[in-house]
Amino acid sequence: MLLRHTSKEITERSALTINPAKTCQPIGAMYAALGIHGCLPHSHGSQGCCAYHRSALTRHYKEPVMAATSSFTEGASVFGGQANLVQAIDNIFTIYEPEVIAVHTTCLSETIGDDIPQIARKAEADGKIPEGKYVIHVNTPSYVGTHVTGFANMTKAMVDYFAESNGQKIDQINIIPGYVEPSDMEEVRRIAEMMGVRVVMFPDTSKVLNRPQTGKYEMFPSGGVTVEALKTTGASMATIGLGQLASGPAARALDTKCGVSCEILDLPIGFKATDRFVDTLRKTLGITVPESLNEERGQLLDIVTDMHQYFYGKKVALAGDPDHLIALTEFLVSIDMWPIHIVTGTSGKKFESRIREITSNSPYPINIKAPGDLFLLHQWIKNEPVDLLMGNTYLKYIARDEDIPLVRMGFPILDRIGHSYFPTVGYRGGMRLLEKILDAILDRQDRDAPEESFELVM
Amino acid sequence: MKALNENISLETEQIDPQEVKQELLKKYPTKVARKRAKQIIVNRVSEEQELPEIGANTRTIPGIITQRGCTYAGCKGVIMGPTRDIVNITHGPIGCGFYSWLTRRNQTRPDGPEDDNFMTYCFSTDMQEENIVFGGEKKLRAAIQEAYDLFKPKAISIFSTCPVGLIGDDVHSVAREMKEKLGINVFGFSCEGYKGVSQSAGHHIANNGIFKNVVGLNDNVKEGKYRINLLGEYNIGGDAFEIDRILDECEISVVSTFSGNSTYDQFANAHTADLNTIMCHRSINYVAEMMETKFGIPWIKINFIGAQATAKSLRKIANYFENDELKQRVEDVIAREMPEVIKVRDDVRARCEGKVAMLFVGGSRAHHYQELFREIGMKTISAGYEFAHRDDYEGRKVLPSIKVDADSRNIEELEIHPDPERFRPRKTDEQLKKLQDEGFRFKDYDGMMREMSDRSLVIDDISQYESEQLIEIYKPDIFCAGIKEKFAIQKKGIPMKQLHSYDSGGPYAGFKGAINFYREIDRMVNSQIWKHIKAPWQESPELAAKYACD
Ligand code: SF4
Ligand code: SF4
Repeated sequence: MLLRHTSKEITERSALTINPAKTCQPIGAMYAALGIHGCLPHSHGSQGCCAYHRSALTRHYKEPVMAATSSFTEGASVFGGQANLVQAIDNIFTIYEPEVIAVHTTCLSETIGDDIPQIARKAEADGKIPEGKYVIHVNTPSYVGTHVTGFANMTKAMVDYFAESNGQKIDQINIIPGYVEPSDMEEVRRIAEMMGVRVVMFPDTSKVLNRPQTGKYEMFPSGGVTVEALKTTGASMATIGLGQLASGPAARALDTKCGVSCEILDLPIGFKATDRFVDTLRKTLGITVPESLNEERGQLLDIVTDMHQYFYGKKVALAGDPDHLIALTEFLVSIDMWPIHIVTGTSGKKFESRIREITSNSPYPINIKAPGDLFLLHQWIKNEPVDLLMGNTYLKYIARDEDIPLVRMGFPILDRIGHSYFPTVGYRGGMRLLEKILDAILDRQDRDAPEESFELVM
Repeated sequence: MKALNENISLETEQIDPQEVKQELLKKYPTKVARKRAKQIIVNRVSEEQELPEIGANTRTIPGIITQRGCTYAGCKGVIMGPTRDIVNITHGPIGCGFYSWLTRRNQTRPDGPEDDNFMTYCFSTDMQEENIVFGGEKKLRAAIQEAYDLFKPKAISIFSTCPVGLIGDDVHSVAREMKEKLGINVFGFSCEGYKGVSQSAGHHIANNGIFKNVVGLNDNVKEGKYRINLLGEYNIGGDAFEIDRILDECEISVVSTFSGNSTYDQFANAHTADLNTIMCHRSINYVAEMMETKFGIPWIKINFIGAQATAKSLRKIANYFENDELKQRVEDVIAREMPEVIKVRDDVRARCEGKVAMLFVGGSRAHHYQELFREIGMKTISAGYEFAHRDDYEGRKVLPSIKVDADSRNIEELEIHPDPERFRPRKTDEQLKKLQDEGFRFKDYDGMMREMSDRSLVIDDISQYESEQLIEIYKPDIFCAGIKEKFAIQKKGIPMKQLHSYDSGGPYAGFKGAINFYREIDRMVNSQIWKHIKAPWQESPELAAKYACD
């Protein structure tokens, strides 16, 4: 038993987190910043945080993840990091020549209270920021919120720094895709484009964190939303934000700053949430949904009706980020599966009430904890076993100890590939999810079947 | 094919390293270039001349994309991470604990299903804003209590992260208090990430902590005629298992490993060994020094990376014990293990000879792995460390001339005296002298540069930009570094081997490890896949319309 010390008996814990279901703000900010074309993320603090964030993102995407750091030592921690940051800005523009430096703070520089805009102004006054280049920033103390908050904050910073409006509207809409994979961002764009919509999507990590092998390395690959495009977001017809937590702040900021009306939807996972996304596009722009999309939707439904017997009544335990979990729970419930244990590391009353609402028809009592950790999830499972686990790679320890199949989803996935290339959003993504769920359940059935009931046709 | 390889190495011979150095520095602002110039050294090895001096263990320049991590990573991740039965609580916001959770591939093998193993768990106080504002000691105290109630471990240790140092939580007094209250060993590490200039500071803090709080607490002398400690071995990918297997066959017993597959009791018992052997010089040399002063255990530098190195190290250990039976057994083991190693080595060598490697890793590995490459005929033309000090490059001879700067000064130096009860000289002065006269070397390390060829480029704390330039210029056949570097290198069509955590491979130590490594490098440098980078139409883009039916 790998988690041999996890007991069935659940005790209240007030101080100790065991096996977290979240991580810290800067990594989310770093990921979002990589979705700006020509942007080098910069971590203002000691270099360890930056090394950790780069490593974690690298392991998840299996792609180069570059970011610079202010490399604080004790002196900077006492006297403040201004000198470090000004020097860093100079070095970065000289050596790596990005279009944008996106600075985020770490716990250290937050606690010291470094004023990043003031430091950036100093760098500008000192002539360290070349003409036409930008330094943007966001505050990301990790003792507030999680990696999702960091993502949301950096996405909002894109609005704060770049969105412009002069009263004129452009025939385009903004889509904020949420804290999802590059493949998901691609899929969201594809659906919008199928409907003939002109889209500015930000951040956009597709073609940044799922690059082909070409024999060449480019620090700033072709993908990412450009600064030019970001500037126009203030003149768009509307904004659709996907995921309350990850996209809400930026969508609302655009409304406040430039009067672009916004609609914030769930992540389009499964057919109901995708329906709402497509329908919102349709209504916002007064367009008809193309037949090709109806066909994809029909295929997704077809899988469910064909294989319903294997989904029906299966109990599932979930761990992940709120935006994901809400959409995923709704999807699972819609195909008659029962998520019964759900944890997220991010706190939120709304999260819990949303999940309660979605699962209100469940025949089982539902355990929800926000914030909770994987230790608690495991304890729940010991008390009430499930047929399937869904969540990040760290769940594999529970999966093995309790002999439960696992479908990997969320962040981080360290031991499998696919997430950067194949979406889980949209109807197509739904098909992939169902395939993965079925593979897990049916492989398990094949493995466990007595010889006489081992079946060729399933 | 072979001729081609020879050409490649011939080409690299013709590259002038001084020019390369200038090329690397060209793009930097003047001040940066001046500093980097001290850390990029063209190696010079000759009998008469001293090695050139390298700038090492100095601060990373802000804005430079560096390989380095932080003090906390060195302390919790590297040194304390691979000990299975201590509950390691990270005191800080969630991230630091999360990232150091299972990411180093240290393996461990508890004796039985009932034995403690906390390595799969991540414990954190997950500090929230109010803890930063009002202090986190209360939460830490409660967390220790909860950990104790749930797990009843032998020991609990606490790791301070950056904000903890800043707000001034006194983790040591909390530790003392809880130790008193719970009756188990509780100790803290002030390993805030900003201390020191790299992970190395964290190694030092961790080692000091273990030495102060654990070593010497258990006086039971383990059975075994030849008892050693293995220092600086972390059981990445199962290295320690292979080393243990070999030592077992030689009937040399390992009292404790610092700190791969290790346990609290092993640390507590370490002072009963009769010899300390150091694998990774940088991560632990001072522990050996302290154990010698306090307990009388001599130390030697050994290396189990590479088959020849393993054989040499075994012989060195046997010589130390001056026992003919042991010497014979070691020879028998080497004789038994080598044929298979040689068979694979020769096979692989036929395909790898003349190829060129670059290594930029850790605090010893950039040195040790050159031996393995040499065994299959590959040459290391450039190497450097992520967090070494000058002695790791130039050898311990330079110790007296290393200047202590402010960043080193804030790492505690323990004052050590002989332990009144436990000090026991393992050899008499005559015995020591005799051994030394025969050429046996104690407390010695030559460093990496002496063993690298003349004109190779030695680079400390290499930056992303420099790595890219080096690859453009030298086009090595393989590049070794860590995960952060991996994919940028590979996108250039150069295979990249991680030597911190071995990607998915290992063990690479000892004889079986050598075989694994030969095969792994063969797979990587001779893979067909690199030939497919260009599609046929990219290879010859000229258009020639031609219908299939004509
Ligand atoms: S110090 Fe803060 S920002 Fe850095 S890794 Fe830890 S939690 Fe994340
Ligand atoms: S070389 Fe590296 S990875 Fe290494 S043990 Fe020494 S410190 Fe660690």
